[in-house]
Amino acid sequence: MYDFGYTKPSSLADAVAALAGDDEAKALAGGQTLIPVLKQRLNKPTKVVDLSKLGLSGITVTGDSVTIGAMTNHATVAASADVKRAIPALAALAGGIGDIQVRNRGTIGGSMANNDPSACYPSAVLALGATITTNKRSISADDYFQGMFTTALEAGEVITSVTFPVPAKAAYIKFKNPASRYAMVGVFVANGPKGVRVAVTGAGQGGVFRHTGAEAALSKSWSPASLDGVSISPDNMNSDIHASAPYRAHLVGVVTKRAVAAAG
Amino acid sequence: MNAPFEGIGASVRRKEDLRFISGRGNYTDDINRPNQTYAVFRRSDRPHANIISIDTSAAKSAPGVVAVYTAEDLAAIGGLPCGWQIHSKDGSPMAEPKHPVLAEGKVRHVGDPIAVVIAETKQQARDAAELIEIDLQDLPATATVTDALKSGAAQIHDNAPGNVCYDWHIGDKEATEAAFAKAAKIVKLDLENNRLVPNAMEPRVAIGDYDRHTSDYTLFTTSQNPHVIRLLMGAFVLGLPEHKLRVVAPDVGGGFGSKIYHYAEEATVTWAAGKLGRPVKWTADRTESFMSDAHGRDHVSTAEMALDAQGNFLALRVNTLANMGAYLSTFAPAVPTYLYATLLAGTYRTPVIYAEVKAVFTNTVPVDAYRGAGRPEATFLLERLVDTICHDTGFDPVAIRLQNFIPKDAFPYQTPVALQYDSGDYFTTMEVAMKNADYAGFPARKAAAAAKGKLRGIGISTYLEACGIAPSAVVGSLGARAGLYEVANIRVHPTGSVSVFTGTHSHGQGHETTLAQLVTSQLGVPFSQVEIVHGDTNRIPFGMGTYGSRSLAVGGTAMVKAMDKIIAKGKKIAAHLLEASVDDIEFADGSFKVAGTDRAKTLSEIALTAYVPHNYPITEIEPGLDETAFYDPANFTFPGGCHVCEVEIDPETGVTSIVNFTAVDDVGRVINPMIVEGQVQGGVAQGIGQALLEHAVYDSNAQLLSGSFMDYTMPRADNLTNISVATENTLCTHNPLGVKGCGEVGAIGSPPAVMNAVISALKDYGVRHMNMPASPEKIWGIINAGRKAAE
Repeated sequence: MYDFGYTKPSSLADAVAALAGDDEAKALAGGQTLIPVLKQRLNKPTKVVDLSKLGLSGITVTGDSVTIGAMTNHATVAASADVKRAIPALAALAGGIGDIQVRNRGTIGGSMANNDPSACYPSAVLALGATITTNKRSISADDYFQGMFTTALEAGEVITSVTFPVPAKAAYIKFKNPASRYAMVGVFVANGPKGVRVAVTGAGQGGVFRHTGAEAALSKSWSPASLDGVSISPDNMNSDIHASAPYRAHLVGVVTKRAVAAAG
Repeated sequence: MNAPFEGIGASVRRKEDLRFISGRGNYTDDINRPNQTYAVFRRSDRPHANIISIDTSAAKSAPGVVAVYTAEDLAAIGGLPCGWQIHSKDGSPMAEPKHPVLAEGKVRHVGDPIAVVIAETKQQARDAAELIEIDLQDLPATATVTDALKSGAAQIHDNAPGNVCYDWHIGDKEATEAAFAKAAKIVKLDLENNRLVPNAMEPRVAIGDYDRHTSDYTLFTTSQNPHVIRLLMGAFVLGLPEHKLRVVAPDVGGGFGSKIYHYAEEATVTWAAGKLGRPVKWTADRTESFMSDAHGRDHVSTAEMALDAQGNFLALRVNTLANMGAYLSTFAPAVPTYLYATLLAGTYRTPVIYAEVKAVFTNTVPVDAYRGAGRPEATFLLERLVDTICHDTGFDPVAIRLQNFIPKDAFPYQTPVALQYDSGDYFTTMEVAMKNADYAGFPARKAAAAAKGKLRGIGISTYLEACGIAPSAVVGSLGARAGLYEVANIRVHPTGSVSVFTGTHSHGQGHETTLAQLVTSQLGVPFSQVEIVHGDTNRIPFGMGTYGSRSLAVGGTAMVKAMDKIIAKGKKIAAHLLEASVDDIEFADGSFKVAGTDRAKTLSEIALTAYVPHNYPITEIEPGLDETAFYDPANFTFPGGCHVCEVEIDPETGVTSIVNFTAVDDVGRVINPMIVEGQVQGGVAQGIGQALLEHAVYDSNAQLLSGSFMDYTMPRADNLTNISVATENTLCTHNPLGVKGCGEVGAIGSPPAVMNAVISALKDYGVRHMNMPASPEKIWGIINAGRKAAE
């Protein structure tokens, strides 16, 4: 780790001010990516702005939506009776991220801001058509994800919460990378107010994406069988020592079917 | 109340575990010396390059920096020695290029250390290491043996033409050719044994210390054999005599072979401590471990079996290319020769065998012994070959093994590849394993799995391995530059408690428990009154350390011999006190008794007399009760057994689940059944790791792709199943305890059992063989290709 400055502001305005005008400052949420990156000296921020004192954690469930504060950790989401009742697939997703230590530290805001191409949360946000709220505005999921580790967030913009519409049916299935246990292919399927949406994480070179072929088939008939014959091109899939692009493309098909079956 | 039984055969709880599981172990990184400095190595990020220049000026003037050293500064010290010399077929000695402590003129693998920075803090050393300017001129690089042997391949060492270290053979070539000429059937198999990264839980650490007032050096290090390190580093690298160099290996968190070897960092910190007059500490981070701990396995082989029409094995022919990595690690040359090719008879009475082994330099981390060391490679080759014979000919895997096993009454059995097995019974271990695995019930389970859309397979492997490498005269004639005896000093204290100073080293094996049980059994001393001391050259007379499952067979026997001397001396003292003839004194249950009487003295009474010799035969024997024995075994020991693995494969994803695993091993006499079970379970977990998960992957430019746990798949609990472990033992005939060894059997027997099961599950898809690891993608590829072929 290189030396860096550290500040823990107690208001959102102070946090934004600390980040503003300093391209080399980094916001710290749960730190599950940033801290390892700092330890490996892969990043040398001028200062780290700790967001943990901004009061951004908490869960609000209404009849048709679930709003999760940006600093709410995965374990809290996984254990929330309200989330389990409203969107059980979301609670299950949170409960399957990393390990206990990661879930007790990692946050939804951190995951969204980082937009790791193998993170779990982006698939739920995109499939459910969630809205990302920041200190400046609201951003729809379709506008938010702009490629691997790239989002619509501007410099000095801080996520405050994410709001998910409650779907009729949803499920998330993850095929884990055998070594890292990140999603090698993770598919979130949803049938809800935003229509039938299928989002795939882990597989694509550009990060999370919508599987439009599967969406079209499932819109006609919501059943695993309706996905027979639906395939996806390996052209834009990731390839590494654990899975080639064609294998990932194949797994997208298998995992999507299993997710639909799990959603019922 | 009777005292609990804590001698040989009791599952006594491990006394060391209280400190381990409560975080009170004393590992090398827990040690800090006054006025300590910190070393950080700058390593090569290139696989093969000429060093054009190194500029350390900025680093030297960085804050907190005490010193920066490169090879130039180390000109007066030697390279890292190799402990085993192999001779090629033509009688020439192996190519033995210098293994410099810091790279000289060239870097030869990613991770090769180029410079070391020593600073007041680790942070400052890291900062300064980044300031060293190194100009490298890239050279073509090779990671695989096949690439390295191609004509025109980059030459890694000037004095190893064609990148060949040695071209060795064993067995009777002509008789083998003759047998192949008359064979009814020849089955040939090409196979690879995947490269593994050891990944001990505790990374390597070394602290050098120097006392300028006495000129004594101390090295604290994560080692499986501190005396060996003292000898190698003292005599060959730094030129320090034994009495001026102390090596301490305290609690060590796993070794698996990777902590046998003498490494550059140990020599560097010890040398630098002397130079600077301050302690120097180095702690590996995990990335460094991946690129500097000796790797394991990495063989490319062709195996051929000649059979008669009835399925009898007539002859075996093997050709193996073994990857040595960029330099020769301490015992690397012995692994693919005397720990591998000599094991190729396995459990079978194959009458003639011929094996050729070429050891090859590549631009990779050095390869050396890793849990099993040669025997897993031999077992994988044989047991895959036997199942491939069945695939090609239709013979039954069980029947063909039974038909070719060495008969029970054939022991001692002389193999055609030098080893003579003293004991074993492969029929019983297989029979019990099949029973424990409910082999007969497999078809029903396969049908039930098929009904759920799963492919189920079962695989058997039988194995024979060799532990307690010995005897010294033989290994010396085969090229070992060390003896392979063991040493024990038994000290009976004045009030009867016992300290054992053993030259073996425990890094997870539970020696503090098992070895104490030997004392409890032989001397009748309560378990709680026995202390096992190891890991410090200043406290232990001498020793060769722990590897090759030798601690009990060799180190335990040395203890028995030393305790025999204690008893012999005790009898003389007892005879004097009891006014009897020495010949009439019997020793049992901790007490010296005049035969046929109730006159007796306890060991405690004898010990007190020995140290307070008022009424003592002082003209005949010396005071004290403290004896040492050096024991050089007559032969290896030969554990064997049978492992049965059952897998279920998800044909849609290619994911394999181990659903049943049954091990039945012959490990000789069992001292602590619980510890044996734990050892076998751990070994099987590693073997399953090799078969399904682990692979050190280099790209074609010799960059290590699987250089962290993000990409290198370690086996985890959810990759495993409950492992059924049992033993069916025959006793070793040449050591007094009858013990063989259990530390490696799990890692040796399990990989082919898993792979035979995977291939059996995929039978309908036309697969004959696949190399490890059987990753989901590889299996899906086979299923996909098989489906397409069927369409």
